Amino acid sequence: MAEVLLQLNGISKSFPGVKANENISFEINSGEIHALLGENGAGKSTLVKMIYGLMQPDLGNMRLSSESFRPSEPSKARQSGIAMVFQHFSLFDALNVAENIALGMENPPKINDLSEKIENVSKSYGLPLDPKRLVGQLSAGERQRVEIIRCLLQNPKLLIMDEPTSVLTPNEVKTLFETLLRLKKEGKSILYISHKLEEIREICDFATILRNGEKVGSCIPKNTSAKQIGEMMVGKSFSSPSRENRVFGEKLLKVSNLSIHTKDFFGTSLSNINFSVHVGEILGIGGVAGNGQDELLSALSGEEKTSPSTINILNHPIGKLAPNERRNLGLRAAPEERLGHAAAPSMTLIENTLMTSHSEDIVNKWGIINFDNVKEETKDIVSEFDVRTPTLDNAAASLSGGNLQKFVIGREILKKPRVFVVNQPTWGVDAAAAAFIRQSILNLASHDSAVVVISQDLDELFEICDTFAVLTNGRLSKSYDMRNLSSEDVGLLMGGSDLDLKNS
Amino acid sequence: MIRLEKRRSISKLWTTLTPIIAVFLTMIFGGLMFGLLLGDLASAFGAIKLIFWDPLFDENFASYARPQLLVKAGPIILIAIGLSIGFKAGIWNIGAEGQYILGAIFGASVALSLFPRESIFIFPTMILAGAFGGFIWALIPAVLKVYFKTNEILVSLMLVYVAENILTSVSHGLLRNPDGMGVAGIRNLKDYPSAHNSEIITNSGMHWGVLTAFLSVILAYFLFLKHQKGYEIKITGEAPKAAYFAGINPSKTIIFCMGMSGLLAGMAGLFEVAGPAGQITISFNSGYGFTAIIVAFLGRLNPLGILMAGLLMALTYIGGEIAQLMLGLPGASIQLLQGMLLFFLLATDIFTNYSFKTRGS
Repeated sequence: MAEVLLQLNGISKSFPGVKANENISFEINSGEIHALLGENGAGKSTLVKMIYGLMQPDLGNMRLSSESFRPSEPSKARQSGIAMVFQHFSLFDALNVAENIALGMENPPKINDLSEKIENVSKSYGLPLDPKRLVGQLSAGERQRVEIIRCLLQNPKLLIMDEPTSVLTPNEVKTLFETLLRLKKEGKSILYISHKLEEIREICDFATILRNGEKVGSCIPKNTSAKQIGEMMVGKSFSSPSRENRVFGEKLLKVSNLSIHTKDFFGTSLSNINFSVHVGEILGIGGVAGNGQDELLSALSGEEKTSPSTINILNHPIGKLAPNERRNLGLRAAPEERLGHAAAPSMTLIENTLMTSHSEDIVNKWGIINFDNVKEETKDIVSEFDVRTPTLDNAAASLSGGNLQKFVIGREILKKPRVFVVNQPTWGVDAAAAAFIRQSILNLASHDSAVVVISQDLDELFEICDTFAVLTNGRLSKSYDMRNLSSEDVGLLMGGSDLDLKNS
Repeated sequence: MIRLEKRRSISKLWTTLTPIIAVFLTMIFGGLMFGLLLGDLASAFGAIKLIFWDPLFDENFASYARPQLLVKAGPIILIAIGLSIGFKAGIWNIGAEGQYILGAIFGASVALSLFPRESIFIFPTMILAGAFGGFIWALIPAVLKVYFKTNEILVSLMLVYVAENILTSVSHGLLRNPDGMGVAGIRNLKDYPSAHNSEIITNSGMHWGVLTAFLSVILAYFLFLKHQKGYEIKITGEAPKAAYFAGINPSKTIIFCMGMSGLLAGMAGLFEVAGPAGQITISFNSGYGFTAIIVAFLGRLNPLGILMAGLLMALTYIGGEIAQLMLGLPGASIQLLQGMLLFFLLATDIFTNYSFKTRGS
């Protein structure tokens, strides 16, 4: 029987109006990879923040190696041997790897000594990394390595990882898992936070499942089916999106030789992108965020203009048209960033409906807005897309991520676009809302529309797409029939190689 | 321990309450300042009463001061309404003072070139010319911003000093009154009936400029309540990226906002030169363009709020003059009082954006 490293007893934490954690108890053994599972808002982040000293529990206590443990700040937690890799990296693009790591240390050694240490650690754990490279030039996977090495330099007993694979390619995930297994062999413990069931079944020894701030169960993931774990997480069984057997119609959207030079220093330029989408087709564009996804969406939405013939709808060149002119032709888009891009945070839902709505019954030729009609439209979006909000006058920022995402997507889909482009449709959205959104995308496609789904969630793309291409470093691969692809194929595509498969 | 917690959305209650609190804090600390200046803290209350109360209700002052209230408030409100349009979109026209001067010069030039002909069309033409002058002057920072990404705050502010030099130049040269025996300044338009912006109701202070200011309040209210342009301005200020996604052209918004605020400031300048001032002299401008910035914020960029704030600010001008006269307070102390208003407003804004929470440590 392995010894207990960290023990949580009856941890509770509440915020005004919410109980984030309620009486949570579990143990993490030495040399164990322990999964902490739950949907967004289940209380995972709050719990690990307390272990890492960013917050203190209201009730309950923790014991680390049988001694009372109540870190008042992260540095205390680090001294006790706890390290954490956050989901969002805190790195400076303009500094190199060693400088970034030195910044996070209390007493950094000389930069050359540090570089040597970094190289040693990176070699011994199979995490190749050059300490002299600028962080701005690193891929997401490499950035994560910087964070992991920063933690390993402290020689921690417990490593907390928050959604580590959400930004990684399949191959990078493989490397990460090898590292985690090596750490485990050394007797280190890992608290692994995720909502991806398959990877938890692959790598974790034990899982604790949270829902609405409470512990609802635990299991040994290898002996439990993904469906069972999923039901524990969500609390009910929900049907996965269903697809009718669709027939493709005529070619609706055609993009040829699209190149855009980004004005953003750390943005990604698009080079020579070609693809087309037919009526009834859902094209999935995979790839890790930051490889040109935002740029591609803004080229299609009209926020970024190109020469006319690079983008065509039914042979009608639209590359030079403004966003509203494209909307008139039936092309609508939903950007990734909900607050600030797809919606104005401090404005009401009614005002946010008006963002992409400008038909004659909404705004007359004198520019007078008919708010009664806008309100009706908002009401339709809220009821048909099950947006939970107290009133239509609530500010967009007051909605939860999932509800706002349903609103943003519903706003466009209810206009029955002929071509719909969406970037990361279910990012940070709970499972039930994600299933709902995917289903409505499928429904749209079966109603004579062409859909482009840009996403880094490969499971999502496998679930709803007909054809698939990968965006890497601003270049788009050929499109392949999704049914003929395995996840290994996708990994190869993400690595930039072409497949010897039949083009779709 | 008291701790600040950022509100998810700003508090509507505090948005309305903070300007009122700011006014009271200004009265308290302004009074203390006056008391210290006069060497007698007991006189603080008297000084504040003299500024905020007596101009309206003391029979010795009211007959002079009440009409003056509208005369002062008119241009301030007109300019502040224009500025608020840009401020809502996050476009910061700080140079209304310069646009006000150019409006006066353009409008007065029309009158001077037609002197001594009489026609009912002269005054309306002057209004158009004044509006055009302010519009053009505001368009300079707007166009530079659109094409060269210059900062409109700096450019519009620096153009105030250019405008002031033009003002000095024309009062000495180009537009100087030929019958003025060499004194700097133009012919007095009060003596030119077709060009004179006369009082609509005698002894009320109500001239065409005040009427225009009230009209602008109503139009601005309608613009933001019902009109697409107002919506576009609002969303551009709240979330520029979202506005761009919504198909709103940022360049057009910049030109519109700067142009409108310049246009209204130019009109205010014309009404002033053709009415209360009567002529352009080297000291024609008196800081209305800068005061209007305070008024726009004090009124929360809300047209009705600006109307109230404009009247209040006009009161401090008139009351300040009376206080200078009666108590011998320095003019700068009155400007300090006006500055305090903005200071306290910004300071109390913390209540609209944050809520205070207490917790045991």
